[in-house]
Amino acid sequence: MKSIQELEQIRKAALEKVNIRTDRKGTRIVVGMATCGITAGARPVLMALVEESKKRNLENVTVTQTGCIGVCRLEPIVEVYKEGEGKTTYVEMTAEKARKVILEHIVNGKVVDEYTIGATEK
Amino acid sequence: MELFRSHVLVCGGTGCVSSGCQKIINKLDEQLKKHEMDKEIQVVKTGCFGLCEAGPIVIVYPEGAFYSRVEEKDIERIAEEHLLKGRIVTDLLYKDAVVDGQIRSVDEVDFYKNQTRVALRNCGVINPESIEEYIAFDGYKALGKVLTEMKPEEVIDVIKQSGLRGRGGGGFPSGLKWDFTAKAQGDQKYVACNADEGDPGAFMDRSVLEGDPHAIVEAMAIAGYAVGASMGYVYIRAEYPIAVERLDIAIKEARKAGLLGENIFGTDFNFDMEIRLGAGAFVCGEETALINSIEGKRGMPRPRPPFPAVKGIWNKPTLLNNVETYANVPQIILKGADWFSSIGTEKSKGTKVFALGGKINNTGLVEIPMGTTLKEVIYDIGGGIPNGRAFKAVQTGGPSGGCITADYLDTPIDYDNLIALGSMMGSGGMVVMDEDNCMVDIARFFLDFTVEESCGKCPPCRIGTKRMMEILDRITEGKGEADDIEKLERLAENIKVSSLCGLGQTAPNPVLSTIKYFREEFEAHIHDKKCPAGVCQSLLSIVIDETCKGCGICKKACPVDAIAGEKKLLHQIDQDKCIKCGVCIDKCPFRSIVKQ
Repeated sequence: MKSIQELEQIRKAALEKVNIRTDRKGTRIVVGMATCGITAGARPVLMALVEESKKRNLENVTVTQTGCIGVCRLEPIVEVYKEGEGKTTYVEMTAEKARKVILEHIVNGKVVDEYTIGATEK
Repeated sequence: MELFRSHVLVCGGTGCVSSGCQKIINKLDEQLKKHEMDKEIQVVKTGCFGLCEAGPIVIVYPEGAFYSRVEEKDIERIAEEHLLKGRIVTDLLYKDAVVDGQIRSVDEVDFYKNQTRVALRNCGVINPESIEEYIAFDGYKALGKVLTEMKPEEVIDVIKQSGLRGRGGGGFPSGLKWDFTAKAQGDQKYVACNADEGDPGAFMDRSVLEGDPHAIVEAMAIAGYAVGASMGYVYIRAEYPIAVERLDIAIKEARKAGLLGENIFGTDFNFDMEIRLGAGAFVCGEETALINSIEGKRGMPRPRPPFPAVKGIWNKPTLLNNVETYANVPQIILKGADWFSSIGTEKSKGTKVFALGGKINNTGLVEIPMGTTLKEVIYDIGGGIPNGRAFKAVQTGGPSGGCITADYLDTPIDYDNLIALGSMMGSGGMVVMDEDNCMVDIARFFLDFTVEESCGKCPPCRIGTKRMMEILDRITEGKGEADDIEKLERLAENIKVSSLCGLGQTAPNPVLSTIKYFREEFEAHIHDKKCPAGVCQSLLSIVIDETCKGCGICKKACPVDAIAGEKKLLHQIDQDKCIKCGVCIDKCPFRSIVKQ
């Protein structure tokens, strides 16, 4: 170790890998992963969400799963809880759509209306 | 390091290793592979979570789901339900983690809620074998700070102002010790860490070394800089194989990262350290005996002064602190003396780790701010006494400490209060006793330990404790004499004032404090030849009462043929033959056999 800067670099890189274990505020993306979700293809959606967040170095974003959300016919379902914003429910998701949600909603802060439950159920 | 969506933390402390955590880790790895989740979920073996009673413990993040008493067969469900489908397996969660159907995360559980974790802050959070994870949680930042921004005297001033006192039991102000060593003259100085934790029931230091070994490496390097030492020794008992192994890995990783060695952080400070294994003699926890043992000599104490700060290892000035004391140091440097001294009481600052054991629901490791009352520790954190039994006393300070009774449960825990009660902080063992514990027997237990562990160098300790032991033996055997209590007290006072080292000076404490608070129990043994708690075998008799149906089961079960009686008639026990094993009590279907 030659300098404080070097330590700080290691710290930052390492913290990204482990800060999942600290109590974090921030955005929570929840994927419905009950039997219905999995059959409808929730796993590729989940993986796309994780990869995309990783690629864009998104801090304070947790991707996690949940059980059956209830509207099995609209699976895979992804719910986004952003701080200071209500819950947004995206339905009939695919890996492609998931990537777009990360870019538009999480990064740019614009809800992708066309994928939401409101738009589908009109 | 890869990025994972979920982390599964499995406790790898000694407690959980013995209850089978390795099997759980293997099974988890197998299940993750099976469901093709091994690239997205990471399994981490951490240090002790503290709640050893509920081990093996598994925590899943980001949810913070807290699974307890996990068995190998549960892993399939956790993998399929929780990790794959995201449904927390509620019935496997720690009992306290589910309230009114709501799942609480690990920090909200009663056991943790009332704790303040400073020395244990990384235990159960990081992988102790990964230097990156330690660095992620601000590791080695304090070392960087002192080397690049502070003068050695400034470091000592911070430690002085923080009010940190030695956590090994004595409670000597750490800053002063650092100052003495810094000011001592010598071409070479040493820094040493006392990890020879030997009190029965104590495992604080082991858990720190197992869960956060880098904290000790970092703190010793800081201490080396402050006092002007370039070499450190950790004296640890060989009975702690996991702690030794993880500390060894930590030292090697720190060397590889250039955090030990030459020109650390680009400065001209050089520091390296080595492990010295002890063979497990209690006296080697005494500082002068420890130094002898490090030098390869027989582990025996020598008179002080000169203190180690003047003449320590190889007769050079040596700074010797306990594991937990060091564990606080990096935090004090980072957060400041004011932060540390804002925790605790007027004369005892910061937190203290206790190993909670005995008749208590939540056996485990707790860290509380000084000034927390015994009642809070035993009832709020410890969960009270099992089986609805009544609290009788709590023993602190191990074989050097004493018992504290129910009357004093509201006493705030700090160094001075415990000494005023005739006990001491000690290294932090806390053994809870209920009404089924005989206090004479407890006194005998701890004295038995010191008699065994007395090194034999000075007669008051070697002979005096043995004589006390003989008196206690005869009291528990029903042969106590009228003036035995006075004899014990006189011997105890003499041993305390005339022994060479801390071992002998404190050895009579468990006896004195039990006499002080439970004199009537001693008197019952001596005068009435009765053991009120029903523990001392020789003072018990087992009898059959009139409800006996004469079934003969006890007669068959008795290993020494002490029971006689005709079928369907009242049986009787021959008291001369009876060895009081209690088998007949367990076998009797009518509960007609009782201890008296």
